[in-house]
Amino acid sequence: MSNARFGLAVLAVAIVIAAASRLVTNDYFFSAAYTVLQFVVLATAWNILGGYTGYVNFGSAAFFATGAYTSIFLYKAVHAPLPVMIVCGTLMAALLGLAVGYLTLRMRGVFFAIATLALSVVLYTLVVNWDYVGGARGAYILQPRQMPFGFTRYVQVLFSTMLLMAAFSIVVARVIETSAIGRGLAAIRDDELAAECAGVPTLRLKALAAATSGGLMGMAGTTFPYYLSYVEPGAAFNLSYAVNSIAMPLIGGMMSWMGPLIGALLLGTVQQVVQVTVSSEWNLLIVGFLLVAFVTAAPRGIMGWVSRRFGGSGP
Amino acid sequence: MEFSSALFLNAIVAGLLLGGFYAAVSVGVSISFGMLDVVNIAHPGFIILGSYIAFILSDRFGWDPIAVSLAVSPLFFLLGAVIYRIYYICFERRGQESLRGLAFFFGILFITEVALVLVFGVDYRMARTAYSDTTWRLGSVDFPLRLVVPFLVSLAMVLAVQAFLTRTFFGRAVLAVAQDPLALRLMGVRTLRVKEFAFALSIATAGIAGAFLIVIQPVQPSLGREYIGLVFAVCVLGGLGSIWGTLAGAFILGLAESFTSTFFGPSWAPAVSFGLLLGTLALRPSGLFGR
Amino acid sequence: MRRLITWFGMVLGAAAFAAAAQQPLKIGFGMSLTGPLAGNGKAALIAMEIWKDDVNARGGILGRKVEFVYYDDQTSPSTVPSIYNKLLDVDKVDLVVSGYGTNVIAPAMPIMMRRNMMFMGLFGMNVNSKFDYDQYFQIMPSGPEPGIGWTKGYFETAMALEPKPKTIALVGADAEYPALALAGAREQVKRSGLKVVYDKSYPPNTVDFSPIVRAIGATHPDLVYVASYPPDSAGMIRAVNEVGLKTRMFGGGMVGTQFAALRTQLGPMLNGIVNYETYAPEVADKFPTLEAFLPKYQARAVKEGVDPLGYYLPPFAYAMMQVIEQAISATKGLDQAKLAQYMHGNEFDTVVGKVRFAGNGEWAIPRMLAVQYHDVAGNDLAQWKKPGRVTVLSPAEYKTGSVKTPYQ
Repeated sequence: MSNARFGLAVLAVAIVIAAASRLVTNDYFFSAAYTVLQFVVLATAWNILGGYTGYVNFGSAAFFATGAYTSIFLYKAVHAPLPVMIVCGTLMAALLGLAVGYLTLRMRGVFFAIATLALSVVLYTLVVNWDYVGGARGAYILQPRQMPFGFTRYVQVLFSTMLLMAAFSIVVARVIETSAIGRGLAAIRDDELAAECAGVPTLRLKALAAATSGGLMGMAGTTFPYYLSYVEPGAAFNLSYAVNSIAMPLIGGMMSWMGPLIGALLLGTVQQVVQVTVSSEWNLLIVGFLLVAFVTAAPRGIMGWVSRRFGGSGP
Repeated sequence: MEFSSALFLNAIVAGLLLGGFYAAVSVGVSISFGMLDVVNIAHPGFIILGSYIAFILSDRFGWDPIAVSLAVSPLFFLLGAVIYRIYYICFERRGQESLRGLAFFFGILFITEVALVLVFGVDYRMARTAYSDTTWRLGSVDFPLRLVVPFLVSLAMVLAVQAFLTRTFFGRAVLAVAQDPLALRLMGVRTLRVKEFAFALSIATAGIAGAFLIVIQPVQPSLGREYIGLVFAVCVLGGLGSIWGTLAGAFILGLAESFTSTFFGPSWAPAVSFGLLLGTLALRPSGLFGR
Repeated sequence: MRRLITWFGMVLGAAAFAAAAQQPLKIGFGMSLTGPLAGNGKAALIAMEIWKDDVNARGGILGRKVEFVYYDDQTSPSTVPSIYNKLLDVDKVDLVVSGYGTNVIAPAMPIMMRRNMMFMGLFGMNVNSKFDYDQYFQIMPSGPEPGIGWTKGYFETAMALEPKPKTIALVGADAEYPALALAGAREQVKRSGLKVVYDKSYPPNTVDFSPIVRAIGATHPDLVYVASYPPDSAGMIRAVNEVGLKTRMFGGGMVGTQFAALRTQLGPMLNGIVNYETYAPEVADKFPTLEAFLPKYQARAVKEGVDPLGYYLPPFAYAMMQVIEQAISATKGLDQAKLAQYMHGNEFDTVVGKVRFAGNGEWAIPRMLAVQYHDVAGNDLAQWKKPGRVTVLSPAEYKTGSVKTPYQ
């Protein structure tokens, strides 16, 4: 299936889901689904650099928070409309990814991971000391009264926006995966030295992957302030973003765009369900056990297990 | 603010004392990550476990927590051996990249944290020792024993590890396995045993470091997450695979934190420490003393 | 025949009434059962459950048994929208209260506002300042200007010192509560004409506070105001004892010294510190109903491994539920707007005294106690359960003594 047709198919699915959701009356569905879709975007974005290129990013929170705080800054400065916030947040995070890419991708893989961790801490400290966006005191972002397209509740707007973002990131992932860029990234993942010798422009490709990955993560963060109405640095830089964006592609499979989607839907839904049923420290225990069980029993993720069972190559 | 010599000297001393403590918590990672390439992100979880065990025994029987942790360290050693066995069977034998090990240890970190919450509850605990409230003063410089005693024991522990690695046969085997496991196998050494021993040693140091932690500050189960960044930063800054490097990295970070806190603003301390790390990675990725 | 029908009708009516009355009154909330504030969250939950048992023993509210539906919010704001949407849309609770802390109260506000539901907050600092919601109420006694009311006691006491202090050092953690408390302190500083000689914050996971304390000492402040959470409160107090800090008054907004854990750990190191409390045995006679509540709480707290003193949050969690109970009983129903109206216009009798709300939902009159610790000896807990370790300095109607200066 060509990329254009795939893109249209995904868009169609997204629109159908969005339309069907208008029939849902309980808001719980929208907040839970928003969180799960947010992780779809994060997992898909992470996998571009992690699964396709083989570079583990430990600082997903930094890019996510960049998107969130760009939104907050624009809200406080010029009360920008949501689409402007999304575009600017994505661009800022992509720029950050590009910068990080050029500065650190000269390092061996594991050092890149540590560097992203350090980046997270540095960015967190900067945000805490930046009074304009609230610093440690936090920032209040009030949901607007006017809603586009006849929506009645703002959480529906957020859900639909996140749905479109998820669709967009999946299409981007597939485009990269099936293009020459993707083949170059796979070459880097398999053996960077050999790839360089074969003439693959590794640094440029890695920087591109980092910028795309970071940009999409930032995009996931741009609507976060509206979702919560109150953002303080601890919430935006939460460890769960880093852990989940690694765990979900691991569980789902890192070879293609389907893996992060499956992993995010699965793990995300489990977390949402556990949060409102078991709901206590057992929540964390279940996540921990799931992580251990999956990486032990299904090393190539769910996609890997499926393809082993039923043969054939991936999409 | 006046720049006085007292302030300066105290900042140096505070930085060194802090650095000694940081070295103790990181030396285990230096072994497991630096030499065995195992991304043991659960290392801080074991430190917290060590804190609680030291606390419970010292609270119940009145013994000194650090002494308790030294006595209990064989148990941590065994725990480390068991965990490495599991890790090896599930991951290394199959030749998986360290990413899966990473996720595995994340899971272990969460499970440890929850287990501690279920057993001990979420309240903060801190150990009381005979010397907790004493401070030596040398001129205008203060040496609070709450920091000095862990510093001295941690230095001793790090030096002991270094001595073990360089002077004993088994220790040298560990260093060798980090450099060239294939050659070692060809020479007839059971590399699995060596690696298992090294990992067990790293967890044993975590258990002892836990006692230092709970003597220095209050501990609660989720505190481990705050130390993930620090332990890896110390090892990478100093250079992976080098104990001297870890020590140097720890002192540098301790001093950076202390000086930033004293003269500029404590809020910036993490940025300075991790900025230093970023700079080192960019300019000299193998760290200060790394291979 | 007519009598039979009448009798039958009465039985049916009674049965219908009984059936309706059988329907439990569901109150929903999120609470921090895990995460950094779980100690307080669990303590609050215990207090609320004691209230539930007390109320149900009396037959419930309006004849209906009270039931709780709650979820762990993990002290993380991102869980809050889902939790409150589920409570209202899926679990269909009748009433909702908040979790503990600004972090988890603020994200629920838009949801409450959209449904025009009355929302009672448990210890959030000035949440309503941006939302301006007329059905929001806060059980924390910091008064209509929370930052001012929270810091009032310390500054009132400080400015009454002879000779008047001139300089102040402000320090706190880089987290939401300390930042808000310090903002309040800065406002007080402006009003009292003090000069700020040190104004810095530290990362919450700082290990060693002695560099900070030395830096503060180097500025020779007359007063030091600290806003911190339990681990850094302990760290600061230890560091001050080790390094020595020459100042006239030290303390202010430290969370943690109200709890058993820190009181037993730090013991005599607390002597001389001026801090805030919400209750002390010295003023027990002003809160007669509290004496009945505390032993019940303390018994359960010990079993569940939470703060065994219960002087800080639990009484207010209990009082919060008492306010709601009285409002529902008075308005004879669950009409949210009517409840809010009643709560705005009336005074409530609770375990923490008489409660009256201002227009913005905060307490009409601030009632934070500023206290000074003294004569603490040893590390046992029993000494804290009776009067003799705490001097209440402010407000005037609770004052038991004067402040002793200098701090060191």
